[in-house]
Amino acid sequence: MSMSDYMNAKGRIFDIQRYSIHDGQGIRTIVFLKGCALRCKWCCNPESQSFEIETMTINGKSKVMGKDVTVAEVMETVKRDLPYYRRSGGGITLSGGECLLQPEFSVGLLKAAKDIGISTAIESMAFAKYETIEKFLPYLDTYLMDIKHIDADKHKEFTGHENRQMLENAVRVALSKQTELVIRVPVIPGFNDTEKELLDIAQFADNLPGVTKIHILPYHAYGRGKYEGLGREYPMGDVKGPSDSQMQAFKEAIESKTSLHCYIGG
Amino acid sequence: MNTYNATPIAKSDRIKKLVDHLYAKMPEIEAARAELITESYQSTEGQPVIMRKARAFEHILKHLPIIIRPDELIVGSTTIAPRGCQTYPEFSYDWLEAEFETVETRSADPFYIADETKKRLLKANAYWKGKTTSELASSYMAKETHRAMKHNFFTPGNYFYNGVGHVTVQYEEVLSVGLKGVKARAQKEMDSCQFGDANYSTKMRFLEAVIISCDAVINYAKRYSVLAAEMADKESNAVRKAELLTIADVCSRVPENPAESFQEACQSFWFIQQVLQIESSGHSISPGRFDQYMYPYYEKGIKEGTLTREYAQELIDCIWVKLNDLNKCRDAASAEGFAGYSLFQNLIVGGQTVKGRDATNDLSFMCITASEHVFLPMPSLSVRVWHGSSQDLLIRAAELTRTGIGLPAYYNDDVIIPALVNRGIKMEEARNYNIIGCVEPQVPGKTEGWHDSAFFNMCRPLEMVFSNGYDKGEVASIQTGDVESFRTFEEFFEAYRKQMEYNIELMVNANNAIDIAHAQLAPLPFESCLVDDCMKRGMSLQEGGAIYNFTGPQGFGIANVADSLYTIKKLVYDEKKVTMGELKRALELNFGKGLDAITAGEIAMDVAKSLAKEGKTVTPDILQATIQSVMEMELPEEQKKRYEEIHDMILELPKYGNDIDEVDELATEAAYVYTRPLENYKNPRGGIFQAGLYPVSANVPLGAQTGATPDGRLAHTPVADGVGPTSGYDVSGPTASCNSVAKLDHAIASNGTLFNMKMHPTAMAGQKGLESFVDLIRGYFDQQGMHMQFNVVDRATLLDAQKHPEKYSGLIVRVAGYSALFTTLSKSLQDDIIKRTEQAEGR
Repeated sequence: MSMSDYMNAKGRIFDIQRYSIHDGQGIRTIVFLKGCALRCKWCCNPESQSFEIETMTINGKSKVMGKDVTVAEVMETVKRDLPYYRRSGGGITLSGGECLLQPEFSVGLLKAAKDIGISTAIESMAFAKYETIEKFLPYLDTYLMDIKHIDADKHKEFTGHENRQMLENAVRVALSKQTELVIRVPVIPGFNDTEKELLDIAQFADNLPGVTKIHILPYHAYGRGKYEGLGREYPMGDVKGPSDSQMQAFKEAIESKTSLHCYIGG
Repeated sequence: MNTYNATPIAKSDRIKKLVDHLYAKMPEIEAARAELITESYQSTEGQPVIMRKARAFEHILKHLPIIIRPDELIVGSTTIAPRGCQTYPEFSYDWLEAEFETVETRSADPFYIADETKKRLLKANAYWKGKTTSELASSYMAKETHRAMKHNFFTPGNYFYNGVGHVTVQYEEVLSVGLKGVKARAQKEMDSCQFGDANYSTKMRFLEAVIISCDAVINYAKRYSVLAAEMADKESNAVRKAELLTIADVCSRVPENPAESFQEACQSFWFIQQVLQIESSGHSISPGRFDQYMYPYYEKGIKEGTLTREYAQELIDCIWVKLNDLNKCRDAASAEGFAGYSLFQNLIVGGQTVKGRDATNDLSFMCITASEHVFLPMPSLSVRVWHGSSQDLLIRAAELTRTGIGLPAYYNDDVIIPALVNRGIKMEEARNYNIIGCVEPQVPGKTEGWHDSAFFNMCRPLEMVFSNGYDKGEVASIQTGDVESFRTFEEFFEAYRKQMEYNIELMVNANNAIDIAHAQLAPLPFESCLVDDCMKRGMSLQEGGAIYNFTGPQGFGIANVADSLYTIKKLVYDEKKVTMGELKRALELNFGKGLDAITAGEIAMDVAKSLAKEGKTVTPDILQATIQSVMEMELPEEQKKRYEEIHDMILELPKYGNDIDEVDELATEAAYVYTRPLENYKNPRGGIFQAGLYPVSANVPLGAQTGATPDGRLAHTPVADGVGPTSGYDVSGPTASCNSVAKLDHAIASNGTLFNMKMHPTAMAGQKGLESFVDLIRGYFDQQGMHMQFNVVDRATLLDAQKHPEKYSGLIVRVAGYSALFTTLSKSLQDDIIKRTEQAEGR
């Protein structure tokens, strides 16, 4: 591979969102990659799950979700906000979907971002071989890693897969010391919204070397309309998200029982 | 390194009481000033105008009823009623008489007027028939100019019907030498006049008028001193009694003498600010760099231990309240264009010193705190931003923005200073710039900028390209040829340029006619003596006494023109999906979306004219019947479908505001079509024209006079506001909008550009939200953006406020160059504000 071949790497995305200010450092551009290995019941981006290009109906209009692009094409958009990254220390965030499933494209994006000196982050479940993840690390400033549950069976029931590989990867990424690892936990009613379940995750995170931050993200039903738009049933039904005071109590519990800083929301 | 104390100070109980008192009743029109100026003018017939002005000012200030409102520390009110207004028949009056019965119930800025007041005004106004500036100006304009105004290409209404205002005087000088010192300077100039000087007679009269005017102001302050002492005498509350005695003492000393304390400085400032607005009805008299010129008095008091930070804050808060006590009644149409009872008194903090260092000081923060305490539209608080700005100050400013007050506006030193230097202003003076009114930069105390001289609707010349100069059945502009005959986009663009240039020249004609009228009938001796070099030159500001003279008319509708040009380029010429003929008819018939009464009236007028040409008599009945039949006319289904198809195609096209170079480039070119020709024109004061790009809130009423445009905008809906994208067309987030707008050449629009952005509160939540907000502004400014302002409210709040205005009387929104109470705005302007894209974070 020649020096700049990674600029031509192809990938499949379904959205690019600029001025994202609640995911990582500064003002960021989030690239949403298409395709995920998990099928979390609460997923608020159901259009991200299938790798196939599909049609979703929004406000009565049908929209094609999924587009094949090169790293160079994505960077055209990313580069437009350079002045804001410079001022804020922001940069690019890969989200999804799961960016580990398109490693060549994802690593290409991270390299290209580093070429122009901006910060890089990924939002990922770490559900891949460590050899794949290892390729990301030299170009990655922040790894926002989802840990949804410590219990393997419950994890499988709600996401479709066990969590063993993810937890192992968390440890290995932490030990690598190549990136800032931040743990994120979606707080889902009926799945992990008890103090004990959240503390289990927090204690696991607290034991990871170098990890100092944990984010707890309250469940919301904003994704419901998308399920309808895709002709799918919404798996969460009418479940309500945790209240602000509940979230506050979780945060206090985590901060009192661990040495982590706990943040509510992204 | 710059050091300052940024700690916020708590609000005193007094401020809430002052504000409640101010807003207890609907503002009222009073007759005293109109009567006094008339009396004086009747007694000075035949004297030089400048002397008549000075005598009238003296007479008004001697007899205008005065009042000290409960709990005030800073005194001086132009009306007895809180937030009341006087009238200024010497500029124009007939609109008010015509609106006597509706002014109390109109939707934008209503005023109460007593029957007795109406009688008194009718009597005084009668004297002014044939003597007003508006009548003289009108007589000076070319007939083509009148025609262009009738056809709504532009409106120079501001100075046509009112005084000019739009100035920042040398408050600094009054504070340091007192009006006594100003008089001494006038005397010195008189002493240096030689009998043989060509301008001996006019200069001597002018300086004499200055001295009379300064004495008038000194005596006006002394009336307050006496009143305060009388009130103290009767006051039983010991605390208030002491306050009144202090007021009596302060008003006996300033503004005549140099200010010795911070309170004297505040009071001296206030008298100047107030009486300037008694001398003339001009608005946008802007305090400017208050944090800079007040600082020495603050610093001295703190150092000597005679002033506490708490008392200083309270005094500043009191001034903020007083700035909202001043009011002005405009004609109904202008009230729509300047909605929100705003006097646009712009006060700016931060920025650079004349040496190019950061100017932030304690008062910069205290001014922001004052706006938070008082929470009213005035002053139009602004913050100067540059590479060396204190981050604390910007974060503090962002906190104020987040409250939803719509303040402050942010200005970019790094564009404005070079833009001023490019206009021939010295670097040191350019670094000392402040903002006038909405967004207009200038050098304080040295400039007569005529900043708000006209609104130019850039969409109307575009309509003329399609109609070949015809409007409402008659020739309204030059003929640029049959639009269907243009073979290339370049030919079309050239026709647009010609239509623009023709009408721009007519606007210049209107402005210069008005300018001359002010010079001849309304030279203002008091305002002039506080701006260099009027005294040295021996002439008023209105006659060209200022060092820097400009005329700054503003164009608006850039987004509509850019998107329209893109439609034409793409659909008609590049892709040939629509013929020019089809597009022309689609516009005439409002894309098949139905015709409102205005469009139907226009079509009927065309029909009537052609009937008349054939020698047929057109009676009003026939005309009415034609309008009716046009409105009820059903388009053939096929045609209607095609027009809707065209409209859909247009809506699908990329739009300005999404960081798409091809479209943004057209916006830049469209702006140049307005800004470049203006630079070539001169005004009668020896200055040049410089363009601004902002509509205040005129995009709504003037949009109502504009037919459908090729950007997909339907007939008579608002045109885009400021330099921002069309409401609802910017769908790529705030950074994309900013990037598009930053591509315009802001420096050439040295009369100011205005970029409104509406922020959802969630987009500013937490410390991170504030920091990102500041970084967004800085990122935009790094790309040479000039100005930015924000509304932080959610849509649901605004919709609810429309339904239940009583629940939201305090809701402030950013309208344009200013903030206003949302519930006082007209429904159509409210709708426009609601529509401005919410730049909340998506997801």
